[in-house]
Amino acid sequence: MASRIERSARSNTVTHSLPPFQDLLERHSEDVWRTLRAMVGVHAAEDCFQETFLAALRAYPRLRADSAPRAWLLTIAHNKAIDHLRRTAREHTQAIEMAGEDPPTPDGAVWSAVAGLAPRQRAAVALRYIGDLSHREIAAAIGCSEEASRRSLHDGLEALRRQL
Amino acid sequence: MNDPLAHALRAPAPEAHAAARRFADRAAAEHEADLAYTTVSSPLGELLLVASPHGLAQLHYLDEPLELALEPLARRRSPRIVESAAALDPWRRELDEYFSGARRSFEAQLDWEAMRPFQSAVLRATVAIPYGATSTYTGVATAAGNPRAQRAAGNALGANPLAIIIPCHRVLRSSGGFGGYTGGLHRKQYLLELEELSRP
Repeated sequence: MASRIERSARSNTVTHSLPPFQDLLERHSEDVWRTLRAMVGVHAAEDCFQETFLAALRAYPRLRADSAPRAWLLTIAHNKAIDHLRRTAREHTQAIEMAGEDPPTPDGAVWSAVAGLAPRQRAAVALRYIGDLSHREIAAAIGCSEEASRRSLHDGLEALRRQL
Repeated sequence: MNDPLAHALRAPAPEAHAAARRFADRAAAEHEADLAYTTVSSPLGELLLVASPHGLAQLHYLDEPLELALEPLARRRSPRIVESAAALDPWRRELDEYFSGARRSFEAQLDWEAMRPFQSAVLRATVAIPYGATSTYTGVATAAGNPRAQRAAGNALGANPLAIIIPCHRVLRSSGGFGGYTGGLHRKQYLLELEELSRP
């Protein structure tokens, strides 16, 4: 048993070859941005984006080399978005602000509909359709059961369908 | 999935690239990243410059793909590496001046942290060789405190992480031969000729 632990610790150091952080930044910045845009709106997205990558950079050396960096980054982005929504929740006008701040494009109707969703539904929709995450990864990101994340996604899509 | 939703959610986000650049520059400036890099073109080809919070950590002739050059840094020093041209500005400026013949010594800070003591001694002795002058492997070994360690001195020079700025091109064989150069002898020759022509 001890030797197996030892072996795996040793092989961890051998396979401990994370790519330069810049790789993650280039590969995933657009999806992180899109997820945040869907969750907090285009104006707050910049701050949440900077907070997301700063938290990721600080924690990066502890990331296992064989884990999925994309799901990891989107989970951090989700947490930063939720923090932001909590901070601004007392203003209560969040949904209205978000609907109002986007330019009147064909996507405008979609954005106001997305902004009208409950945060958990918004997160499930964003992580699924922007991040392409599995239900298990979405559940882990949101911090709920897989079943609850499926339900959030389903309810979110229903609500959007009704409005669009 | 209905189309307008997928379309809006996945719409291109060009702002993301600018935001990523802002992030990398700030992470480098505030030393949240352990290493920052940029590439610059020079008369001797593409150069890779890497800085740590201690100073310039690497100046490398980039003859291989960038990923291959960064991989050992991520493995041996830290994976917290970002690209930031701004972070390398002081060294970039001095290099431009050097190649134009206007600069004869480098002043921006160097990172000696990752070097072994003997290598550091050899390379510090090398920095002391004046512009336009040359020394020998025996000369730098002696200056590093061990006149008989010419071979070790040669190895230390061959592994010089700061080409050009630590002027290992100024070290020749005692016999008058050219000796070796990690970046290729044509580059050693170019640098010696540049300094010969621009000598005060």
